[in-house]
Amino acid sequence: MADGTVSSQSGEGPLAPLVAFGRKLRDAGLPVGTGRILTFARAIAALGLTDRESLYWAGRTTMIGRKEDFAAYDEAFADWYRALATQGELRVELNLPTPGSKRQVDWGEMPDDLEVTVSGVAAQWRSAGEDEPEDDEETSIRIVASAVEVLREKSFPDLTEDERARVAAMIRRLAVTVPVERTRRTKPASKGSSFDIRRTLRRSLRTQGEPFERAMRARKSRTRPLVLILDISGSMAPYARALMQFGYAAMAAGRRVEVFVFGTRLTRVTRTLRTKDPDRAMHEIGKQVADWEGGTRIGESLKTLLDGWSQRAALRGAVVVLCSDGLERGDPELLRAQMARLRRLAHRVVWVNPLKGSPRYEPLARGMAAAMPSVDEFLSGHNLESLEHLGRVLGG
Amino acid sequence: MGETPYGSVDELQAALGTQSYLADRGLATSIHLSLSLDKPLLLEGEAGVGKTEVAKVLSSLLGRRLIRLQCYEGIDASQALYEWNYSRQLIAVRAMDATDAETHVQDLFGPDFLVERPLLAAIREGSGAVLLVDELDRADDEFEAFLLEVLSEFAVTIPEIGRVAAETPPAVVVTSNRTRELHDALKRRCLYHWIDHPDLEREIQIVKVRAPHVSDALARDVAAAVLRLREMDLAKLPGVAETIDWANALAFLGAERLDTSIAADTLGAVVKDHEDQQLVSARLADVVGDG
Repeated sequence: MADGTVSSQSGEGPLAPLVAFGRKLRDAGLPVGTGRILTFARAIAALGLTDRESLYWAGRTTMIGRKEDFAAYDEAFADWYRALATQGELRVELNLPTPGSKRQVDWGEMPDDLEVTVSGVAAQWRSAGEDEPEDDEETSIRIVASAVEVLREKSFPDLTEDERARVAAMIRRLAVTVPVERTRRTKPASKGSSFDIRRTLRRSLRTQGEPFERAMRARKSRTRPLVLILDISGSMAPYARALMQFGYAAMAAGRRVEVFVFGTRLTRVTRTLRTKDPDRAMHEIGKQVADWEGGTRIGESLKTLLDGWSQRAALRGAVVVLCSDGLERGDPELLRAQMARLRRLAHRVVWVNPLKGSPRYEPLARGMAAAMPSVDEFLSGHNLESLEHLGRVLGG
Repeated sequence: MGETPYGSVDELQAALGTQSYLADRGLATSIHLSLSLDKPLLLEGEAGVGKTEVAKVLSSLLGRRLIRLQCYEGIDASQALYEWNYSRQLIAVRAMDATDAETHVQDLFGPDFLVERPLLAAIREGSGAVLLVDELDRADDEFEAFLLEVLSEFAVTIPEIGRVAAETPPAVVVTSNRTRELHDALKRRCLYHWIDHPDLEREIQIVKVRAPHVSDALARDVAAAVLRLREMDLAKLPGVAETIDWANALAFLGAERLDTSIAADTLGAVVKDHEDQQLVSARLADVVGDG
C-alpha cells in the first residue's frame, strides 16, 4: 500500500473510519479480510471522492464478492455512513508513485490451506495433507449387504434395542467405495486417451528420431469427498444414528468423508467418528452435541457450514448427503438460498427424507419445498434396504 | 496506480457512452477502480447483460488489444498459456542433419516452435492489452487455481526459454455466469461487480444507442415488454441483447408500435425456449401492455 495514503480529519489514525466499516461488515457475517479493507482504502484514495455514492460503490466492488451479500452490505453501509456524517467530513489524500516506476502488484495473503501447483499440464487446488488415491477407474459407492429381509425393511424407529444393535452392525459391514472424480492432471499410461508427444519425442531419440513407439497419457483420478449432514432433532434421531453408521462405513472405505450433525446448530463430528469405534463414537457425540433432539434450523445450520467449510475444499466437488425431514423452524427463504449455494459448490446433492418412506408423502412442507429445486436426488432412508438404495444412487 | 486516461468516474462513464456502452454508476466505478488499482474485475450477472461487452468496449476505448480466453470444461494450461508445436518440431528433427546437434536441439525449443495461447499473449503484451477471461465458471476449479497463479504474478516460466514477465500488467476482465461459485481466493484478488438487468429508462437508452433506426415509441414499448417478460417465471430470461434483437426485428418489419399480432410473429427474437414461448403466448396481451 506504499502508493496510496489515506487520511481523515477524525484524528484517530488515517484509516480508522474505513477499517471500522470493514469491521462492521465482518460483524454482519460477511467475509471481509484485512486485504479487502486495504483495497477499499486504496480505492477511496484512487477515486479521490468521498460522496455517498462513490463510497458506496467503492466499498461494494472491493469488499463484497457475492450477490447475496449485497443486502447485508447496504444495511451496514447506511449505518456506517450515518455515523460518519455526524463525525464531520472524511478527507482523503492520495500520493501517486512517480510515473514509470515498476509497480508491485499486491495480491494479499495466500490462504495457507491452498497449494497451487503449476505443471506443464494443469494445476489444481489441494488441501494440505491430502493423499492422491491410486484408483484408475470411475468407481462408485457400492454397498453389498447380506441381511435378514425383515430387518432390512423394518423402519428404524420401530426396531427393538436388540434389533437396532444387529442392524447397526450390518450397516457397518456394508462395503462402501467412494466415487472418484477425474482430475485435470494426467499421468503416463499404457492405454490413455491423449497422445503424449513429449514422451514420444524423447523415445524417438532411441530410434534416430523415428517415432516408432507411441506414448499415451491418461487422466488421474481422486476420490470425491463425501459429506454427510445429519439432522438429529426430535423424530429424526433414529435415522440420523443409522446414517451415522453409514458414514462410519464410508469413512472406513474412503479417506475423504466429513460428517456434520445439526439440530438448532451445526457440529462437526468427523474427528470423533474417525478416532473411535462407532458405538463409543456415538456416545461421545451424544455428549458433544448440545442440542441432541432439539428443534430444527436447517437453513441456519447450512449457512454455518457453507460459511465455515466451503473455504476448505470439504464441500467443493463433493457428494453431499443431507438427511432431514425438512420441517424447517427457521426461515424457508434462508434455506432456499443456502441450498442453492450448496448446489453450486457440490457435485451432487442428495436429500434423504425418511418421511418419503410413507407412500402418501409429498414434499409440501415449506422447508422441503424451498429446498427441492436444489436437490439432485430425493430419497427415503427409513430402513436398511433404502440405505442400500442410497448407496446405489450415489454410485449411479 | 495504473494509467487511466480518465481522471474520474464521470469521465469514464461518458467515454463508455461514446462507445455505445451505457454503464451505470456502479459499473463505471468498478471499471475505473480496476484500471487505477491494477486489479482484475470480476463481473457476474445473468446471461446477456453485457459482461463480455465491457472488455470489448474497454479495448476499443483504450486502444488496447483485446485478448480473449474463452473457458470451457476441461480447459488446461496448454490451451490457455502455451504449447510447443510438436508436429513442426518433428518435421524439423527429420530435416536436420546430425552435425552440430546441440544447436539444433536449442533451435527446436526456440520461439519459432512456441504456440502462444491467450494468457502468454497477454503477459507479453502487458499494459497494451485487455485480457478477457470469459465464463470462468465453466472451467473447473483446478484451472481457476492455475489462473490465480498467473494473475498474481503476470509472469510465467517456460523451462526451455526462461521467465516471461509483464512489465506492466494488462487490464483484466473476468466474467462468470455463476453456474458454480468461484473460489474465494480468486474473488479476493478481484474487484467484484454484479451487473443487473438495466431499469426501464436505461434499457430504452440502450436500445436507442444500439439500434438508432428504431423509433422512440417502439424502443419504449419493447423495453417495457421485456421488463414484464423478466418478471414472468421463464426458464431463460431475455437479456439486453434480446431486447436489441427484438427491436431490430420489429423495425425491420416496419412496426411503429408493439402490438399483440406483431409480437406473436417476432416472439422468437426474444423468447428462445419452447415452454417459455407457450407461457408467453398465452399472456401476450399482458406482456405487450394493451390488455
